[in-house]
Formats: sequence, C-alpha cells, structure tokens
Amino acid sequence: MNFADQLPVLPVLLPLFTAVLLLLIGDADAQRPWARRVALASVLLGAVFAFRLVEQAATGALTVYRMGEWPAPFGIVLVVDRLAALMVALTAAVAVPVLVYATGGWDAHGRHFHALFQFQLMGLNGAFLTGDLFNLFVFFEVLLIASYVLMTHGLGRDRLRIGTQYVVLNLAASALFLIGVALLYALTGTLNMADLALRVPMVAAPEAALLQAGALVLLVVFGFKAALVPLAMWLPNTYAAASAPVAALFAIMTKVGVYAIWRVHGVIFGADAGVSALTVQPLLLPIALATSVMGVVGALASHTLPRLIAWLTVASVGTIVAAIGLFGAAAWSAAMYYLVNSTLVIAGLFLLSELVASQRGPMADRLEPCSPVAQPLLLGLMLLLAAASNAGLPPLPGFIGKLMLLQASSTHPWAVAVWVVVLTGGFLTLVGLARAGSILFWSVRPEVQGTRAGSSPRLLAATVSLIAMSVLLSVWAAPIQRYTAAAAAQLMDRDAYARAVLPEMGGAQADTVRPYRIPQPPAPPPAQPPTHVTPGPR
Amino acid sequence: MLSMEVLVASGIGFVTATGIYLLLRGRTFPVVLGLSLIGYAVNVFIFAMGRLWTNAAPILDRGPNVADPLPQALVLTAIVIGFATTGFIIELALRSRHDNGTDHVDGKPEKPERPGGER
Repeated sequence: MNFADQLPVLPVLLPLFTAVLLLLIGDADAQRPWARRVALASVLLGAVFAFRLVEQAATGALTVYRMGEWPAPFGIVLVVDRLAALMVALTAAVAVPVLVYATGGWDAHGRHFHALFQFQLMGLNGAFLTGDLFNLFVFFEVLLIASYVLMTHGLGRDRLRIGTQYVVLNLAASALFLIGVALLYALTGTLNMADLALRVPMVAAPEAALLQAGALVLLVVFGFKAALVPLAMWLPNTYAAASAPVAALFAIMTKVGVYAIWRVHGVIFGADAGVSALTVQPLLLPIALATSVMGVVGALASHTLPRLIAWLTVASVGTIVAAIGLFGAAAWSAAMYYLVNSTLVIAGLFLLSELVASQRGPMADRLEPCSPVAQPLLLGLMLLLAAASNAGLPPLPGFIGKLMLLQASSTHPWAVAVWVVVLTGGFLTLVGLARAGSILFWSVRPEVQGTRAGSSPRLLAATVSLIAMSVLLSVWAAPIQRYTAAAAAQLMDRDAYARAVLPEMGGAQADTVRPYRIPQPPAPPPAQPPTHVTPGPR
Repeated sequence: MLSMEVLVASGIGFVTATGIYLLLRGRTFPVVLGLSLIGYAVNVFIFAMGRLWTNAAPILDRGPNVADPLPQALVLTAIVIGFATTGFIIELALRSRHDNGTDHVDGKPEKPERPGGER
C-alpha cells in the first residue's frame, strides 16, 4: 500500500480537505491572502494528480480503487479509465486559470468563495471517477450544492432571482434522477456500473420496458444538466447572470451531464445490452442536432456578450452529444476531442467577456457601440482565436474536432443532417461572433468616456492561458487524438471493464447485491414465500 | 381486495401529482412545498423498489425472508440531501424575495400598481 495506490481517490479528497482547511482559515479580509495561497496550492497539486492519472490511464491500465476494500458490486469503486482521467485533467485545466482569475478580486465579493470552489471541484472529480450510479448521484449533489452558492456569488437581484429558479429546477431534476436510479436497481439488483452493464442485457422482455423507462428518465436528468433541447432554456439565463469566473467554471458542469449520458446510455445501454440495446439511439441524435441549431440561433439573437457565449455552450453541447449519438468509436473519439476544446474555449470566452466589459464604459457587455477598449489588440486577438476555434476554422482545434465528427458520420444514415447542422452551425457561430467582435472593437464612439486603464496582468494571464491551452490542442493534435481514439475503444470494451471491476467473478455476474431472489417468470415460484406480500414482481 | 402494492403505488402517484401541481405555481412558497412533496414521494418510491415485505428480517440473517437493506440506505442518503437542499432553497428564496421585492417567478411586483396612486 503505497502512495501511488491511493492516487485515484486523491482528486476527491484533496479538494475536500482543502475546503475544510479554508473554512477553518475563514474569509475575513485579513485572512484572504492565506486563503488564496492555500486554494491555489491545492488546485495546482490537484492538476499534478490529474496529469499523473492521465499518464497512468494512457498506458491502457484500468485502475480500480475500492473504497474501504469492499469488493466491487457490494462496495463503491472509483474507476480510472482514459475517459475519466481525461475529464479530471480537463477539470484541473479549467480550475487553475479560473481560480487565478478569481483571486484578482471576485473572491472578495461574497463569502467563502474558495471553500465553495473546492467543494465544486470535489463534486466534479468524484462524478467523473465514480463507478457506481448512486455515488454519481451523491457527487452530482455535492457539485450542485456548491454551484447553487457559487451561482449567487456576488449577490444582486438578478443573480438571486435566477439562482432561485436554477435551484428549483435542479432539485426537480434530482428527484427524477433518484426515480431513474431506483428503477434500475429494482430491475437489476445492482448499481455498480460494470455490474449493470452485465445485468441489463439479462432483463427479459416484459420488465425490459420498465428498465428502458428508467433509462429514459435518466436521459431527461442528464439532458437537463447538459442543457439539451428542450431542457436548455435555463442555461443562458443562469450562465449570463453568474459572475465571470463562476460561469467559466460552469463551462465544465454541462459536461458532467454529457459524461453521464456517455456512461449510462452509451455503455450500459449500449450496443450489447440485449433487449434494451441502444434505448436512446432514436432520440439522442435528433435532440442533439436540435440543440446545436437552437444554440446557434440563440447566439445570433443575443444582446449581451455573456448570453452569446452561454448560447454557444448550448450549441457545443449539441455537437458533442450528436457525436455520442452516432454510437461509434470514431465518433466518440471526435466527441472527446471536441469536448476538451469547447470547454477550454468557452471558459476562456466567459473570462474574456468580463475583461472586455470592464474596459468599455457604460455599455459594458451589451452589444452596442460604445467607447473603445483600452487593450484592443490583445482582447481582439483572443476573441478572434476563440471565435475561430469555436466556429471550427482550420487550423484550430475546433476544426479538427468537427472534421473528425464529419468523417465519423459519413456512413451513418443521418450523415446529411449531421453535416448540414455542423457546417451551418459553424458558419452561423462565426457570423454571431464576428458581429459581436466588430461591434465591440470596431464600431466605437470615441466621444463616450471609457476607461483608460487596461486589465490587471493576473486577469489577462488567466484568460490567455485558457485560450492558449485550446491552441495547444491543435499543436498536439496527433497524440491527443491517439489518446481519445484509445479512450473510445476502451469505453466500448465492456468485458475488460467488467473484468477489472469485478475480478473475483472473472468478469462474470455473480449473485446480486440483493439478499433475496426475484423469481424469474419461467422458473417455478420459490417454495416458501408466504410472508412476501405478492409472489414477486411480474 | 386491494394489495399493499396498489395502495403504496397510488399513494406515491397522488403525492407526486400534488407535488407537480404545486411545483408549477408562480410563487416560491408553493414551489418549495411541491419540491418537498415530490421528495417524500421519491423516498417512498426508492423504498418500494426493494419490494414490500412483511415479517421479514430487516438485515441479513439465516432465515429465508430478508428485506432489502440497500434501498433503505439509499433513502437515508436521499433524505439527508433533500433536507439540506430544502433548507437552502428556503433561505435563498427569502433572500431573493427581500432583495427583489417579489417572489414571483417572472419578477412581477407584489401587488399590481393602481393607477389612482393609493398605496
């Protein structure tokens, strides 16, 4: 038992203990420098752990960490495969610049920003690493509760009003999540994802309908978190009302929903799931394409820069989920590549939008002519790079991701729809961002009194580093593409996953977690069920 | 004769329907009540997913009849989380009501302003 064995649980424990320490330090003005140092040191250490995890996962090893050494279907496991490690690393890559940005002043606008930020990271990392469906719910709640408070960070009327709506919607979604999870448990007797993948194919015809209903309930929940049409309307209001660093951190929160769709509907209800195979396939692609279209239309109709970026978040989620909905290794690889890029770019854009707004005098982030910004070259260049990457212009990573998606979809029956939506969407994104950019930087009214001062180097560095990371994705496209291709192949290999998580049973299914047996329809009823109210579920 | 399953299922259905009705109101207080009711219904639902038993041991022993302890553990977690989030939403709604002067979902004013100017 050495340090490296504990690596999978560290991305969860480190933010937890840091948050507790930060609560002990307190958030009075006198203590803030210390809180900032501790929080920054913690996210940097977290980034080191995350990249060690990627390194470990890149070898193809499936690391299974059993909580309290309980064997798999009975205890909770954390599973590090390539996809999970990639998502944890992406969380760290977004968290470090966003925290640096927040220490530039936003953390002083409300209470306990740093502790909540750490709790949010704990929830995100836990959701990406867990191998248990109910544990996923718990980590969802952890990250949501932190996000409720972060959303209202800085207070103000709009944040409180929209924050209340955001919390109500998420609580309703959590109730649905529990219903979905309970249905899955009732029919399979397990909540371990590897075990579920083995048991879902065994559920025969009459019960399979109920099982598929459970899967669809979960699709509603994850679709809500990911902001898929028709459950996307909450996102633009929420993200536009949140403070800039919080909105930038939230860029990864929609991806938790995407990730959960991947794990549950892509793998557990994937191609090998017997009667319930590909339950969501007829729905997922049309919904995703509609999301993409709506995101782009919303972006074109936006009056403020943050709303425009929030709608682009919706559009990018649509593109990623469309790739997942194609249900193929190449498409999934494209989805991962595009997901990493779009998260970084959108986080960068949210930070950038505040920098631009702070330099524009009275109009701030509204897309109307106003005074010139103090640093037009730097901010304009960043917006240009981010816009081109988001729209998918070569040689930026958005282009590579979309190209991979188009290639992967070329033999699919929906290929024409995918091509039309992705290409038109890219073009309209470019139009929307070009319109925003030309209003912000070119149609200036010099007579309006603006600010002369540029933004502080700390804020600029945080924003530049997010955009630069996105550009680096293009520079290192080949190794990253190899990684995502391998990750997609690993995700599709359900047998290897089951063997790693359930080693005692050699990957086969043993008894369920349930202490009793559900009589199967053809089997005769058990000899002594008189105390059971009914002879079991039909 | 009505079985226990029918009673429990229709009870869950009725409470959920009530909760959804309240959830669709425009003001915060009924919405919070609706969320609580849905939470209760969901908790009973999870509990029922371990099947309904009578005269069964609550935890594994040698006898043939054992109730499923796992949904009970899940319900416990769900109750704790639901309780905490309900407390939070009430606090947030109060703060929002205080700052905005209204708790209507569309931000409508408390009372329609009268043209006459009284009050």
